[in-house]
Amino acid sequence: MHQIYRPLLSLITVSSLLLSAPIAQANPTPPIDVVASFSILANITEEIGGPLVNVTSLVGPDADAHVFNPSPADAKSLARAQVVVINGLGFEGWIDRLVKSSGFKGELVVASKGVKPLDFKEETNSHAPQQKDSHDHGHKHSHNPKTDHAKHDHGEVDPHAWQDLKNGKTYAENIRAALVTVLPAARDEINARAQRYIDQIDALDQASRTRLDAVPEAQRRVISSHDAFGYFAQAYGVEFFAAQGWSTDREVSAADMATLIREIRKDQVRALFVENMSDPRLMQRVSEETGVRIGGKLYSDALSAPGTDADTYLKMFSSNVNAILQTIEP
Amino acid sequence: MDKFFWAPFAEFAFMQRALVASLALGLISGPVGVLLVMRRMSLAGDAISHAVLPGAAIGYMIAGMSLPVLGLGAFITALLVALLASGVSNITSQREDASLAAFYLMALAIGVTLVSVHGSNIDLMHLLFGSILAVDQTALVLIASATSVTLILLAMIWRVLLASSFDPLFLAQYGRSGRLANQLFMLTVVLTFVACFQTLGTLMAVGLLMLPAVAAKFWSRDIPTACLLASAFAMISGATGLLLSYHASLPSGPSIVLTAGAIYLVSLFVGSHDSLLIHTIRSSRHRES
Repeated sequence: MHQIYRPLLSLITVSSLLLSAPIAQANPTPPIDVVASFSILANITEEIGGPLVNVTSLVGPDADAHVFNPSPADAKSLARAQVVVINGLGFEGWIDRLVKSSGFKGELVVASKGVKPLDFKEETNSHAPQQKDSHDHGHKHSHNPKTDHAKHDHGEVDPHAWQDLKNGKTYAENIRAALVTVLPAARDEINARAQRYIDQIDALDQASRTRLDAVPEAQRRVISSHDAFGYFAQAYGVEFFAAQGWSTDREVSAADMATLIREIRKDQVRALFVENMSDPRLMQRVSEETGVRIGGKLYSDALSAPGTDADTYLKMFSSNVNAILQTIEP
Repeated sequence: MDKFFWAPFAEFAFMQRALVASLALGLISGPVGVLLVMRRMSLAGDAISHAVLPGAAIGYMIAGMSLPVLGLGAFITALLVALLASGVSNITSQREDASLAAFYLMALAIGVTLVSVHGSNIDLMHLLFGSILAVDQTALVLIASATSVTLILLAMIWRVLLASSFDPLFLAQYGRSGRLANQLFMLTVVLTFVACFQTLGTLMAVGLLMLPAVAAKFWSRDIPTACLLASAFAMISGATGLLLSYHASLPSGPSIVLTAGAIYLVSLFVGSHDSLLIHTIRSSRHRES
């Protein structure tokens, strides 16, 4: 018996190996190289591409894309990439030169394509002190020349569109379309993954909206050290006052501090948020002076390091919502 | 008038602290700056501002974003660079500024390497050397201690320093105590700079230290008088710069340094000693006679 079975067994093993080999190669083609300009885009691309993509982020977690200096290694990885994902809306001032100098010839995805850009002017005015009454929350076009001037250092449009999950869906859709163009064979898998991801975004969007709406509107007033939450403010009805100009490389003047402290006193802002990368000491001074509560971290331009509580786009977003709710809830 | 000068400080605690900090720093930066100018080490401040980087980086690796640890690390490496430089110039015939240049460049390279090997893109210099508007209780205590220690040390070595500033050979005759005085002086320089960096930022701190000192030299040849004048100039720059930052919405560090710069330019033109005005008068007198 044994002598008959052994060759038979080995025959089965060999043939199954032969059979399985072509199958294993047909589906997982080697992953394509994708370069994303910063960590949030890298994460969205990974969620949609899964094992089909090998994503590199130029600006890593916890780093500031506003003051990023590309290195030769970055240009090299860009030249090798088949897809490059950028945010657009003027967020990566350095990317055009880098793309040109690296000789990149693949597919360039502007993730924010199709997003309705938010004008800094509008956003600033919605935060103007004269609109502190809760029934007057619309976007009035009254002018506040001093603040406007301060906000216009780097352009007219607010690039932080991912702070609204509806825009996050647009990002996912744009990235999906680009990946399908480059990998037509894996179309079904990419579409399925993208659909799953978009469903997750929708669910989080709904949940966040419900939880924030439960707080009376007059209490939804917070301050952050970085004016990156214009889209969030508009989408979820939370008022954001900013300490620094929207770019983190602007130096604060005594007048800025004084204006901020006066506004907190007048508008009775509930919470003060220190971000993961600007100078936290300025916020501590303001808090000591006015008695507002210092909230947890709000993530604006970057995810946190892998393994921490905001290492994906969705986790980052819900971490922000939780941090806001914790301080404004009565 | 009262509203312009007094109201900002009365209304805001951060303005009061910034004022106290800039007055305290102005007080010590006067004598330290003048002595540096006398010893032809006007650019030592720039060197030391770069020498702090490796210490700050190591401090960051050990304790993360803890300001006292970062400050201590910065202080230690800066002091090391200063002492090595003065040690080498004592033993060899090279001048102190030359060896200071050598050591600070090495320290800078080590610092940049440490920061980039460690990976994080967080701007260490920005966080370590924040704005004078962010001065808190801890920073005030730190500044006050640095100021007191500096003043005491300066008082102890004052006579030797004065003598050796006029005549470097004097130092050699004094032997060991002269060298000790020199090294204590470098200690005060580093203390002053690190205290200033914590509040003003590296580049701006050098401005507050050196500009009033150079300006004071246009008003007096006498070193003690020049030191007092420089302190007064620095304090005036601090207070005026803060008011400028408050009323004209300018960044605080640069407005303090620009005020000091304006005082320097005025002194350069109309100072009572060695200024452009004096030179013009003198040359016209020569022509008349």
